[in-house]
Amino acid sequence: MTTSTRPQPGPAREYHFPSFERRLLSNGLTLLVAPAHSLPVVTVLAIVDAGAVAEPSGQEGVAHLAALALNEGTPKYDGEALTEYLERLGTSVGGSAGWDSASLAMTVLRDNLENAFVHFAEVLVAPTFPAAAIERLKGERIAELMQIESEPRELADEKFDEYIYDARSRFRLPLGGSRQSVSNLARAEVAAFHASRYQPSATTLIVVGDVNVAEVERMVSGELDGWNGSIVLSSKANDKPVRTSRAVRIVRKEDAPQSEVRIGHVGVPRTHPDYFSITVMNAVLGGLFSSRINLNLREAHGYTYGASSSFDWRREAGPFVIGTAVASDVTVPAIQETLKEIDRMRAEPISESELSLATSYLEGVFPIRYETTAAIAAALATLVIYDLPSDWYDSYRARMGAVTVKDVLAAARAYVHPDSLQIVIVGDAGAVREPLEALAFGPVDVVNP
Amino acid sequence: MRIPIETFRLGNGLSVTLSEDHTAPIVAVNLWYHVGSANERPGRTGFAHLFEHMLFQGSEHVEANEHFELVQRAGGTLNGSTWLDRTNYFETVPSNQLAIALWLEADRMGALLPAMTQQKLDTQRDVVSNERRWSVDNQPYGTWWEKLPALTYPDPHPFHHSLIGSFEDLNAASLDDIAHFFATYYTPDNAVLTIAGDFDPREARELVQSYFAAIPRGNGKPALPDMSLPATFGGTLREVVKDDVSLPRLYLAFRSPAFGSSEYYAASVAGAILGMRKGSRLQRALVREREVATDAAAFTFDLPKGADILVVDVTARPGITPARLEAEVTREIDRMRLDGVTQSEVDRAISLIGTDFVVSMQQASERADQLSRFATYFGDPSFINDQMNRYRSVAVEDVDRFAATRLGEDNRAFLMYVPRDDGENAESRDTVGTDAALVTA
Repeated sequence: MTTSTRPQPGPAREYHFPSFERRLLSNGLTLLVAPAHSLPVVTVLAIVDAGAVAEPSGQEGVAHLAALALNEGTPKYDGEALTEYLERLGTSVGGSAGWDSASLAMTVLRDNLENAFVHFAEVLVAPTFPAAAIERLKGERIAELMQIESEPRELADEKFDEYIYDARSRFRLPLGGSRQSVSNLARAEVAAFHASRYQPSATTLIVVGDVNVAEVERMVSGELDGWNGSIVLSSKANDKPVRTSRAVRIVRKEDAPQSEVRIGHVGVPRTHPDYFSITVMNAVLGGLFSSRINLNLREAHGYTYGASSSFDWRREAGPFVIGTAVASDVTVPAIQETLKEIDRMRAEPISESELSLATSYLEGVFPIRYETTAAIAAALATLVIYDLPSDWYDSYRARMGAVTVKDVLAAARAYVHPDSLQIVIVGDAGAVREPLEALAFGPVDVVNP
Repeated sequence: MRIPIETFRLGNGLSVTLSEDHTAPIVAVNLWYHVGSANERPGRTGFAHLFEHMLFQGSEHVEANEHFELVQRAGGTLNGSTWLDRTNYFETVPSNQLAIALWLEADRMGALLPAMTQQKLDTQRDVVSNERRWSVDNQPYGTWWEKLPALTYPDPHPFHHSLIGSFEDLNAASLDDIAHFFATYYTPDNAVLTIAGDFDPREARELVQSYFAAIPRGNGKPALPDMSLPATFGGTLREVVKDDVSLPRLYLAFRSPAFGSSEYYAASVAGAILGMRKGSRLQRALVREREVATDAAAFTFDLPKGADILVVDVTARPGITPARLEAEVTREIDRMRLDGVTQSEVDRAISLIGTDFVVSMQQASERADQLSRFATYFGDPSFINDQMNRYRSVAVEDVDRFAATRLGEDNRAFLMYVPRDDGENAESRDTVGTDAALVTA
């Protein structure tokens, strides 16, 4: 036998998302434990309702800074000693903030879990936020913002968000804050943000890996029983668009060999009831390698190394955006092809073959996504952040598989809006401005980074 | 932790590694071809990588772009990558889809050429040109990928020239080149295949046999020129690049022992002491204490032939000049070279490397790729199970010896990026007693 005959798949083997147990501690802390014993590894992930949308106005970036500074010192150890101790255990404890939550994470070998967790708990509950560390981290954030100004991809992402959201929306500014807002942050504001938002009732601790539930409960109670606090109210972001008519912005980068292009508008919230049909619709439009936009721009025209679309899922509506990078001279043709694909998506149903490609992919990769303790922990965090039901992952594949051609067409018509598309281009303004104006898509302005 | 390993070889020379793990119903298929940019002939830089793109353009029984579609339809993930000395192709699929993954790999290994057309080549040339613009030309510091090997491997060493290639060479590639490259390098005796994850070994053997056994052995490939190099550069090499960057960044490279050699592990530990995580010397001294850098890292290229390089990569904080950055980094390098390291630093490094290793082995794709790596480079995938022992046997004296012999002024290559409008702050000096080319952009 050779390769002349295509093989058929055998019967699919069963897969279940790892089972997990939920415990509520007396201080209001929620604990989720998912035992997974294939390797001696454990991931510990704390999810706190302390994301950027919870920031007081004028303190944009404080959520990110607070999360980042958590490991800069505890009452017992300064940042350097803490780092040294944890790294000798083969691990590190790192904080970060998203729009809707902050997180603290570590992945550690089983044998070092208990010793490392003592410090993990202190870092979460009792960070000292030394003034010198806060100033250093502010400086690093400002350096990062300077770097982004010369990095076309991230710059395009940032400028797109800034261009599409309402002037009062937190989503307009970068998650980590702007140069101005970060410069103005004071240590006291960081400490106050932590004191008000990092509360046991607003925290879920997720432990995944080579552990059992009883030992984790004992370990966590031992370190965090004394952590008491008050109730925290969730914040709601303003997710309004700044305009509903088409518009184009060029962000100047002289002599750029490529245009970084972003096309889209404000999308929909993560908890939207049409989540599954929107996900399948996006897969066909630009989510997969074999999506319409990628096959058109890359494989048919050779305009780009890659083109894709995505819904940025947040509690409130994040951006829906199509992104690609194309040579300056084909910027307008590439935009025209993209607009054609958007129109086609809304004008007629996709084929059954396109539908089955998307759904069989999304169903099939499901177990591949959750091979690691860190990935399983992140999946559980999604349940927490968006308040999804516990059986979400058990029903995920069946719900994805139930999406129909009709659902996809309805999703395209309801959630992709050709008349309010916004375009942002980071590139050579001299080369792309005139053809863009000739396209008569919408008003064009040109700005500096 | 031990990775289970079973190996066999087909009559046509294809080496096969099986590694069972039934944790999840998924299986990874991974093929390494022992060919990379090092095997390109002059005037055809970038060809190995362009060729990698062509392998997704269909084969005798697979339409253009169907390769991606079939794997995704099966619920799998896939890609390929090209490196200086090898090219790999890989997919992870639900375990009941193992046959389709093997079939696709066998069809393109056995019957690629019937599907090749000028139009496909032209399109992929455009795609790769755009990949070059995206990842190299329009990306701050993006040219370091080609400038550092050019600086540290003297022309005409096979690692000297650009991996992604020049526009000129890409445009010169023809269908004849494709046919020739395929016949020479994409043969079963120049490849290793690994299957890792949830499969039945008897069934896997049968599938491999039925799809791959009829593919004829190759006619041998041209030997690479002598790859060996002296232990050091023989001087300090320098290149200063003015680029569209906001902050200066230094890539400082040292010629270092080949991947897999006993000295390699000492070099790797030295790199971890210098730049792995926040407790490393460069992060502690330059980022935390002296606040002259925003970030620092160290890594090796992991090349098993001739010589490897250890690279330290440090970005300045705003207001820090390239000269100051270089002086601060050099001070730390000298400190390690002259005073050596401590047991505690070695322990920290090995502990972190050990955790990372176990964590990475959770993924079938990563197990398969590492098994293919050791099978390709050393003919023995079971080396994967020796890696942590080899790291644990590294002693302070080994690291000190590496530092003393390899971190001196006779073995440093400074590739410094400076903001274009700030060039007057950069010191541009001439090469001192070197065997490597110096290019100043």
